[in-house]
Amino acid sequence: MQRLTRLVALIAVIAMVLAACGSDEGGGDPGTTVPDTSDEMVACEADEVDGDLNFYNWTEYIDPELIAQFEAEYGVDVVEDFYDSNEAMLAKLQSGAVYDLIVPSDYMVAIMIEEGLLAGVQKDAVPNISNLDPFFADPAYDPGGVYSVAYQWGTTGLGIDMSVVGEDFEPSWALVFDPDLVSQYAGGISLLNDPRETMGAALKYLGYSLNSTSEEELQEAADLIAAVKEYIRAFDSDNFDETLVTGEFAVTHGYSGGYFTAIDDTEEGWDRFTYVIPEEGGTVWIDNMAVPTTSEHPCTAHTFMNFLLDAENGAALTNWNFYASPNAAAEEFIDPEILEDGTIYPSDELSERLEIITDTGDFEINYTDYFAIARS
Amino acid sequence: MASEGGERGERLMTTTRRRPDLDEETPVTPELEKAAEKAESRRGFLISVPAYGYLVLFFALPLVLVLVYSFASRSSTGRTLLEDWNVESYRRLFSDLVLEISARSFLLALVTTLLCLVVSYPFAYYIATRTPRIRNVLLVLVMIPFWSNFLVRTYAWRVILGSDGFVSQISQAFGGEEIRVLFTIWAVLIGLVYGYLPFMVLPLYAAIERLDWSLVEAARDLYANGFTAFRKVTLPLSMPGVVAGSILVFIPSLGAYVTPAILGGARETLLGDYIVSQFLTARNWPFGSALSFAVMFVMLLATIFYFRAGAKTL
Amino acid sequence: MSARGAPRTLVDRLLAGHSALVYLFFYAPILLLMVFSFNDNDNVQIWTGASLRWYRAMFENDAVMSALRNSLVVALLSTVVSTIIGTMLAIALERYRFRGRGALDGLAYLPIIIPDVTMAVMLLIFFFQSLGIVNDIFGTSLGAGLGTITLAHIAFNISFVAVVVRARIAQFDPAMEEAAADLYASRWQTFRRVTLPLIAPGVAGGALLALTLSLDDVVITQFVSGPGSATLPVYVFGLVRRGVTPLINAVSVVMLVASMILVAISLGFQRGSVARGQGLADPAALEEDLRGSRSDAETSPAI
Repeated sequence: MQRLTRLVALIAVIAMVLAACGSDEGGGDPGTTVPDTSDEMVACEADEVDGDLNFYNWTEYIDPELIAQFEAEYGVDVVEDFYDSNEAMLAKLQSGAVYDLIVPSDYMVAIMIEEGLLAGVQKDAVPNISNLDPFFADPAYDPGGVYSVAYQWGTTGLGIDMSVVGEDFEPSWALVFDPDLVSQYAGGISLLNDPRETMGAALKYLGYSLNSTSEEELQEAADLIAAVKEYIRAFDSDNFDETLVTGEFAVTHGYSGGYFTAIDDTEEGWDRFTYVIPEEGGTVWIDNMAVPTTSEHPCTAHTFMNFLLDAENGAALTNWNFYASPNAAAEEFIDPEILEDGTIYPSDELSERLEIITDTGDFEINYTDYFAIARS
Repeated sequence: MASEGGERGERLMTTTRRRPDLDEETPVTPELEKAAEKAESRRGFLISVPAYGYLVLFFALPLVLVLVYSFASRSSTGRTLLEDWNVESYRRLFSDLVLEISARSFLLALVTTLLCLVVSYPFAYYIATRTPRIRNVLLVLVMIPFWSNFLVRTYAWRVILGSDGFVSQISQAFGGEEIRVLFTIWAVLIGLVYGYLPFMVLPLYAAIERLDWSLVEAARDLYANGFTAFRKVTLPLSMPGVVAGSILVFIPSLGAYVTPAILGGARETLLGDYIVSQFLTARNWPFGSALSFAVMFVMLLATIFYFRAGAKTL
Repeated sequence: MSARGAPRTLVDRLLAGHSALVYLFFYAPILLLMVFSFNDNDNVQIWTGASLRWYRAMFENDAVMSALRNSLVVALLSTVVSTIIGTMLAIALERYRFRGRGALDGLAYLPIIIPDVTMAVMLLIFFFQSLGIVNDIFGTSLGAGLGTITLAHIAFNISFVAVVVRARIAQFDPAMEEAAADLYASRWQTFRRVTLPLIAPGVAGGALLALTLSLDDVVITQFVSGPGSATLPVYVFGLVRRGVTPLINAVSVVMLVASMILVAISLGFQRGSVARGQGLADPAALEEDLRGSRSDAETSPAI
């Protein structure tokens, strides 16, 4: 009996390892069942639906009413599923999860294209694509916009409690990296718990690119963070808006959209709190809609993309989550207050200093390690 | 397995008596004994087959895969390449960074375990020495808070410990200063102890409840000192509970990363946090696998060692 | 019982005081989260007035309700299956000698001592590889989802159930089963009429434990879930990242109340079926822990 059990276990393990190696030789695709190109995809027409939409999106990133509107208009269900990091989403797709539409960020689009995980965008099925601002039609991470369509974009910057920092502060990364300044705030500061964002901010303050691939520069950035560590009370990517408006911290590092609802909800509002993009520049990120090669309902996915690129629907998205829209036609429907806000829509001059995070390939593991060193 | 021979005779008696389908008149021959034993063994095996199969398929096999992955290599896009097998991931385990992170996590888990033990022992002792009815009520009261959501409980602590929180407000009401507990190591410890206390209370309760109290009485007569009696009799007798509870608290504390992040602000990198970041940030699965495997292996050795040590004191 | 407790001494009073403090420690956050579930404000930490709006919002929120449904389906399925398999495992390990028993004993304890993250990762890799193979061979397009979550939950629950049931089996005398056998009861009759009623509290306790673990698991579930299969804890985890609203508190209070009702039912069930004053099966779980751990230490060379 025992011998039999062992034999079965052994055979199973061998089969699995062999199959794993085999799938690697076969195009080197970890998804194993993933078709190679979009050629096999059915051609879709505008407004065509071919079943319910499996939509894999960031948590709380779309107005539920827009979903309901789409369901009513096209008579299909939208099954929503949520992720909280690009990498979690990637791991899921690589493990064979089937979704019709996903929302990867810029650098992740590049990785997924290289991994052969994205089917191309059938532009004929998305007539509203003409509404896109030309700037977003040809991004560096996806030349020609072959695989992705911009969803929304935003920046990373600093939330400031002016009752502590004062009204006339310099909008600079010095607010969190200069020990002389930081030591004066009662309450301390928080930085994002994200190696690329936080190391990136330090690199920017030092005058380097936030996509640096130099270990010396990373070491400098780690030293910079370590030098102010006694004033950093948290590395937090989730509640940077809340800890600011409850007065827990004086300055927090976070994503643009998060701050707006939080600050609006407070009594003192914008008289006391504000959000700035440091003058040295920072991160700009673009989230994109894309159809994975495993999609079973690509036509519904394209129709949904087209639906969100509609001028009014695109505006509704921004009016709901306070992130900037890449949809030029939507501007006339966007709340003017949002449109005029220099922190949601940064000035052209500032925009030039913003950088997109790109994947650094083999160097990526160093960001995680130097970030861990900075926190030690 | 060494004990098998000794139990054989006793086992056999049970076996023959338990089989009504055997004619009682049949003389018990060695062949029959053997056959009965074999049948018994087969029956035991058959009953265990579902669990055996399930655990091999959904536990042992995945564990082997983690081992295989730990020798693989990372592509520049962060994919795991099942080729170029190497031991680089294991070499990295001994880097200063990993050792420092491990030492820190180990210390945190140790302190958490000790705190749990100190808080739980008198508590479990108190519960175990009540009447059975009160005992059950008290135990259910220990369990109830843990039927709510773990994250929500942790966030509730955030409200209590924040600079506007109750602790601080009470201090200020008595003319003290604003107390900032949140985002300090104390908040992390409070959160971890809170989360894992039942794992300590329950085994301790079970051990103390089963004590032979006549021994304690005898010790009292002998030493005439409550404390000495406790030290020489009660404590050693409840050692299995201490050992089991310590392991049940130590293991999850070592891998904890959500509580330190929410209550401690993730100011220091911990082991759990570092492993997760290998999978979800650096996308370095081979290294993440090696780390996971190493943690589990050390944990296993420690458990075996700890049980052995604990068993010796019995 | 009165013999075991010393007369009410200073020590006893100190113990009582200490225990009261421990209960305060246990219940402070629970009371707080209950109170704040009735908060009118968007922010949990700022109280503006009492309202039921978050309870209404919860029942109107499709994502929450579907997560709740998923949680219940997974919890019930995994509890039933793991209780059956785990009980069989406990009986086999506690009552029979067979080849490979030592190895099984060791294997059965591993899921208890393995860190969450490790188990999550290995199951992710496993499902990713094995689903690929299954799909290649059978031409199916199976993916991660409620199925993989349930399989994963069963994998860790079996061990916990077995540990609780074993403690219970070890407590009663095999002579009772033998007596039944002597009365010409068939094996099945013996099991149904004698063994099962005797171990019922352990089985109920194990099932309860499995249910709790399944309902509260985030890490493993998150790694093995698929489209539309987010469970309540996973959904709450995502929500927390976008800011904590009292909605989460309301969800948690509902879960708490539901769990308490379950406990009350199972307590009632046990009171009916247990002759001895053993009561709640959870203490049995503790016992099994040490009992199991000791036998684990004995057999550990086999691992």
